[in-house]
Amino acid sequence: MLFFTVSIQRSTRHSTTFKTQYPKFNTFKMAYSDKVIDHYSNPRNVGTLDKSKKNVGTGLVGAPECGDVMRLQIEVDETTNTITDAKFKTFGCGSAIASSSLATEWLKGKSVDEALAIDNMEIVEELALPPVKIHCSVLAEDAIKSAINDYRVKNGLPALEMAKVHH
Amino acid sequence: MLKLPIYLDNNATTPLDPRVLEAMMPYLTEVFGNAASRNHPFGWAAEEAVDYAREQIASLIHCDPKEIIFTSGATESDNLAIKGIFEMYAQKGNHIITTTTEHKAVLDTCKHIEKLGGRVTYLPVDSEGLISLEELEAAMTPETILVTIMYGNNETGTIQSIREIAEIAHKHGALFMTDGTQAVGKIPVDVQADGIDLMAFTAHKIYGPKGVGALYVRRKNPRVKVTAQMDGGGHERGMRSGTLNVPGIVGLGKACEIAQQDMEADTKRLSTMRDRLEKELLTLEESYVNGSREQRLPHVTNISFKYVEGEGLMMGVKDLAVSSGSACTSASLEPSYVLKALGLSDDLAHSSLRFGLSRFTTDEQIDYAIGHVKEAVTKLREMSPLWEMFKDGVDLDKIEWAEH
Repeated sequence: MLFFTVSIQRSTRHSTTFKTQYPKFNTFKMAYSDKVIDHYSNPRNVGTLDKSKKNVGTGLVGAPECGDVMRLQIEVDETTNTITDAKFKTFGCGSAIASSSLATEWLKGKSVDEALAIDNMEIVEELALPPVKIHCSVLAEDAIKSAINDYRVKNGLPALEMAKVHH
Repeated sequence: MLKLPIYLDNNATTPLDPRVLEAMMPYLTEVFGNAASRNHPFGWAAEEAVDYAREQIASLIHCDPKEIIFTSGATESDNLAIKGIFEMYAQKGNHIITTTTEHKAVLDTCKHIEKLGGRVTYLPVDSEGLISLEELEAAMTPETILVTIMYGNNETGTIQSIREIAEIAHKHGALFMTDGTQAVGKIPVDVQADGIDLMAFTAHKIYGPKGVGALYVRRKNPRVKVTAQMDGGGHERGMRSGTLNVPGIVGLGKACEIAQQDMEADTKRLSTMRDRLEKELLTLEESYVNGSREQRLPHVTNISFKYVEGEGLMMGVKDLAVSSGSACTSASLEPSYVLKALGLSDDLAHSSLRFGLSRFTTDEQIDYAIGHVKEAVTKLREMSPLWEMFKDGVDLDKIEWAEH
């Protein structure tokens, strides 16, 4: 049989200093990838293009009550059919901001056809978005397509069918 | 050097006051007896400590020490009071009146009562977060056994007109209960003068330990009884069985004693800091204080910043530990039901921040918080298409938003 001797430490004076040790966590890292944090902290291509210009296409998607509104704009060189500039403004969470910021980076230098081929899952992979944030990438893809459609309609081309498969 | 993140979420919980820890220490170590052990000094010492805590608490809320029932916290106290009254007064009636802005501990307990066949009226609140006394009066019926309305709101700090509410309840023969979790220890709460029959509160909102709270149950004029919700040794005058959490109770007692002694000074200091924080943040355009600015707790402010999204805002104020009106961790973006009850739109409810100051909050921390929030809101607005439209004079309500 085992006996344990329990000795209670008798401290004559209890410490009154408050030694709080904050756990070493990064509040960001709990929910967001490094790439999302980078785009959120240093967003690329925030701004506005002159939407009255014929070679500027504007896409505005989402709704305020859903918590995400993205506006994405492209400026197209009509002779080469190449996107020369892209700007965004986003009302939304970090993942929505990062998705649209990334989209503008990818759009610059691409042809309109190449831009149309951008799939939301590429954004998910690049930013390592968790499942609850996939809708942010869907919104970014919609914004790209919507901007391209605006450009097409302005230039007398028929609007493309917006695939709503993700919704 | 300022330590980051800065804790400004003191409505969720407060740090333990070192003086409270000091009082508790011996009961976590040497004095470990069971307060119900009547046969030896270990038990006597524990019981004596518990009785002393009862006196400290009674002194703070102006009641008799015997009217304090110890529980595990305010949620248990709310459950015990509402369910206990519903059972005990079943002969008299089955109607309970509450408000839509109560804590979930009250709302969900009321939902449970409805499942048991009770009838519950949920009174709406106005844009300040206050109930209408006329509506309360109109809702009273002969079957009304209990009116339960919180003292101070946890999200906005709005203080209800407790005395008038109690008077109406009593006039119609009902008991009056209040969830005093955010108010006790922060503002003068006097169960006699206020006409409170039952009151739930907890230690960890007033710099005490977590896991211990109390229910005040009136013993005279009228004598109130609640049916126990746990069966066992019949502790706490048969209303709440279970071995008493002696160190926790000692902590709650000490926290109450300090609160009583420091209340005036704390209130003055905290409301000055809170007002400064609020005034500075309101210099940002399109920012609004939620809830009453006259009837409210001294240490809280809840501000909505229009045209910025809640989750993005939380990410922007990463150096502050604050709460947002947005339940942003869940996939379903459900905004705060309290702010919605005040009439806020979903987007304004989402983009709100609650600042809860404490005894340990410093001016330096408030300075930092002001700069940090201003910077985040400004940055996000520069990125927000809604802000740009607002600035261009576009009426956002008139836009047909694409469904998403």
